[in-house]
Amino acid sequence: MSVGVKEKAAGWEPLIVAFCCNWCSYAGGDLAGTSRLTYPSNVKVIRVPCSGRMNPMFVLRAFQRGADGVIVAGCHPGDCHYSTGNYSARRRLSAFKRLVEFAGFEPERFEVRWISSSEGDKFAEEMTGITERIKALGPNGKMRDARWQKKA
Amino acid sequence: MARTGVFVCHCGTNIAGTVDIDQSVEASRGFPGVVHAGEYRYLCSEMGQDLIKNAIEEHNLDRVVVGTCSPRMHENTFRKAAAEAGLNPYMLEVANIREHCSWVHREMDEATPKAIALLRAAAAKVALNDPLDIPELDVEKRALIIGGGIAGIQAALDIAEAGYVVDIVEREPSIGGRMAQLEKTFPTLDCSACILTPKMVEAAQHPNVNLITYSEIDEVKGFVGQFDVKIRQKARSVDSVKCTGCGICWEKCPSKAPSEFEMGMAKRKAIYVPFPQAVPNVPVIDRDNCLYFKKGRCQICAKECPPEAIDFEQQDVVIERRYGAIIVATGFDQLDPSIYGEYGYGQHPDILTGLEFERLFNASGPTGGKVVRLSDGKPPRNVVFIQCIGSRDKARGMNYCSKICCMFTAKQAILLKEKVPDARSYVFYIDVRTAGKGYEEFQRRAAEEYDVAYLRGQVGKIFPEEDHLVVHGVDSLSGKIVEIKADMVVLAAASIARCDAPEVGRKVGINSDSYHFFNEAHPKLRPVETHTAGVFIAGACQAPKDIPDTVAQASAAAVKAIGLLSKEKLQGEACTAEVIQDECSGCLNCIAVCPYTAITEVEIEERHHGGTLKRTVAQVNPSLCQGCGSCTATCRSGSINLKGFTNEQILAEVDAICL
Amino acid sequence: MSAAANKTRLVEEMKAQSGQDPSQCFQCAKCSAACPVTAAMDLLPHQVIRYLQMGMEEELLKSKTPWICASCFTCAARCPRDLDLARMMEGIRLSMLRCREGNKFGPADLTPEQLEKLPQQALVSGFRKYNK
Repeated sequence: MSVGVKEKAAGWEPLIVAFCCNWCSYAGGDLAGTSRLTYPSNVKVIRVPCSGRMNPMFVLRAFQRGADGVIVAGCHPGDCHYSTGNYSARRRLSAFKRLVEFAGFEPERFEVRWISSSEGDKFAEEMTGITERIKALGPNGKMRDARWQKKA
Repeated sequence: MARTGVFVCHCGTNIAGTVDIDQSVEASRGFPGVVHAGEYRYLCSEMGQDLIKNAIEEHNLDRVVVGTCSPRMHENTFRKAAAEAGLNPYMLEVANIREHCSWVHREMDEATPKAIALLRAAAAKVALNDPLDIPELDVEKRALIIGGGIAGIQAALDIAEAGYVVDIVEREPSIGGRMAQLEKTFPTLDCSACILTPKMVEAAQHPNVNLITYSEIDEVKGFVGQFDVKIRQKARSVDSVKCTGCGICWEKCPSKAPSEFEMGMAKRKAIYVPFPQAVPNVPVIDRDNCLYFKKGRCQICAKECPPEAIDFEQQDVVIERRYGAIIVATGFDQLDPSIYGEYGYGQHPDILTGLEFERLFNASGPTGGKVVRLSDGKPPRNVVFIQCIGSRDKARGMNYCSKICCMFTAKQAILLKEKVPDARSYVFYIDVRTAGKGYEEFQRRAAEEYDVAYLRGQVGKIFPEEDHLVVHGVDSLSGKIVEIKADMVVLAAASIARCDAPEVGRKVGINSDSYHFFNEAHPKLRPVETHTAGVFIAGACQAPKDIPDTVAQASAAAVKAIGLLSKEKLQGEACTAEVIQDECSGCLNCIAVCPYTAITEVEIEERHHGGTLKRTVAQVNPSLCQGCGSCTATCRSGSINLKGFTNEQILAEVDAICL
Repeated sequence: MSAAANKTRLVEEMKAQSGQDPSQCFQCAKCSAACPVTAAMDLLPHQVIRYLQMGMEEELLKSKTPWICASCFTCAARCPRDLDLARMMEGIRLSMLRCREGNKFGPADLTPEQLEKLPQQALVSGFRKYNK
């Protein structure tokens, strides 16, 4: 019996890791909070200085440890606090997404979004959106490392 | 082993309303490395901070996690508190359980587990924190201004008044810039020279201002607080100290050349000052046109000069100086309308650009202040002004609006009527844009009181016929084709970035937009800063703008520079990248992605099989690094790490969240 | 006529035929100023675009202007918005013909060999205009 079926039966909730750049998306998340918008608590945010800091290794590790979805959010292209960090992120992560797909993993589990510090509503929408999409997709059974499973 | 203390804030009911504080504290006690956990109603209050400080002492804590509001809010507050208790301020992490948790979730059984996960992640990260030093940087109390137009002059005077020494580097022999070329200024019709010249003189006489004219920037190195700049002072061939500006030399000089200041419409001598009010009033010899430099004979100027100031042997001098701040104020150019064949610019002397037409009004201009046709010297009866020449034109020109043309055209039409009372002006426009104090009223006066005919439409063709120009245009509002027998045509050519703006930008280390205008750090909130700390921009080098906006921006840039210069020491960024040179393979991909040119290659010596081996590796200058981390993600061997956001720390957070 | 009228059959067909989007035009009217045959036109070229923007299809179908247009492309060379008005005129002419006379003949009715031998669209439209 696969991990997925068992978990679905037990009222499975997906785990989504969101990597947000400090200057735009993390601040957008703060604004979602101050505006008292809601999004599912499945999403947990890790702060990085810039989306350009995102080493694909971080994403792989999240999947390995059992995350069902990963979203990277940065400043809109052209608005990067560090001028060009999100351009490198865009390039690197879109190549990475294709690699993930090539390796036979569901590319839908990994998303990159541009959310500015003034887009609290967009932050909440995107976080809700990815949670729903991952819920529909089911648990991450392929990349999860069996040694790292939750203790029953 | 880490000795971490976790402190959870209630924030009144802001957090406690949806997060079970007791449960969170209890859970925190079980995290690896945590030796103490506590809670308080308002951790950011003085009492709350004391609670943390006391616990650090009492439990001998070496790391702290606070579960509070966003780190963007109070990270510094808590870091300071930790520092006061003797910890390195970077041994503290914030778990954002308010904005990212209690405020976005409604149910306690939803928010509490998430808060615990966030606290766990922070505790996992803090266990790997290292004490970081905030680099302290010296500040050279001297500012450099590149460009001596009205923006540069205004900024220099403001900085000088604040008590700091400031150098203006100007490419031309005199400061004054574009504003010196103008006759009047809209919308008040002040005489441009009357308001500019006193400022030029003030700049020249101010003890804190140094004018370095006829000079250009060769090289800028260093970083905020310590820019090392090489300035090339071109050979003037005149000793500025001896010269009294009497003018005998340029009176006697036998060779002539087209005057740059008069846009080629008049001649100047080979030894010249660009315009009568020039500051400094010291001529230069244009060596390309000087008989002595061309043929080895003449030297009339030297023979006639009473203080013997002429120095044919003078060489370019490179001045090397250190500055704390730089303001770039290099101004703008005018688009050359000859790219539009239909207007015939350059093929007929009576078709001029706006700036050329402006010079006809000036008493020291090519016509001595008489507005006459350059073809036959007669005053014009019908003058056609055409707007948006190269502006708002994505096909052949610039996609943007040049902002000043509607207003200077209205001004010139009014001035024309005053100089030549029976003249009639026609203005072909697409839209009239007059946003600004008193601007709309001014433009309406032109239309209503000065008999200026505004025609909404464009001109398709201009061709000479007998002694006039036939302007073939359209008035789109009436839907009628219009043909005007014009005596002169004035083209409102677009304001464009200086042709060498990209080169200047590269030297100074600032970037520009697709039109080569310099980029501000934020279009609304940081309008005079650039992404390079310590470099500011002012005036039309940022975007087309009029004099009031330029002066305002110049003063704003000056305030930013003064703020920087007033600091004893600058605090650098603590979270900077660091190369593990033993592991670096020297591929130098990191150099290409660094937005701050903070990474350079360096040669190191290594012991290798008993001998020494020279190897190229990367090296980060922590003063330039701003801590974006792009290099760390680019590094193939993983041998650059970002302090404060190391690979290990981020992975620890991932692991803790996925537990 | 309303803003919604913008998407009329004529506009959509013209767009498909010419690849030009009339909403790009900001009505500087340089096309009209440059056009050598405005004397014979009932609507000036910029007005034709304005009618397209307003979705005034019926009024446009009555106009002679698209048939007067000589396809000299001066308008296209002058346009600061990079619109090719001559192409738009051709699009309008085609659409007018179809509207008046019905879509008698489509590319699908031709064999690939015939299509190969067909002259350029502008040439065809020239015959259509001057053979009447």
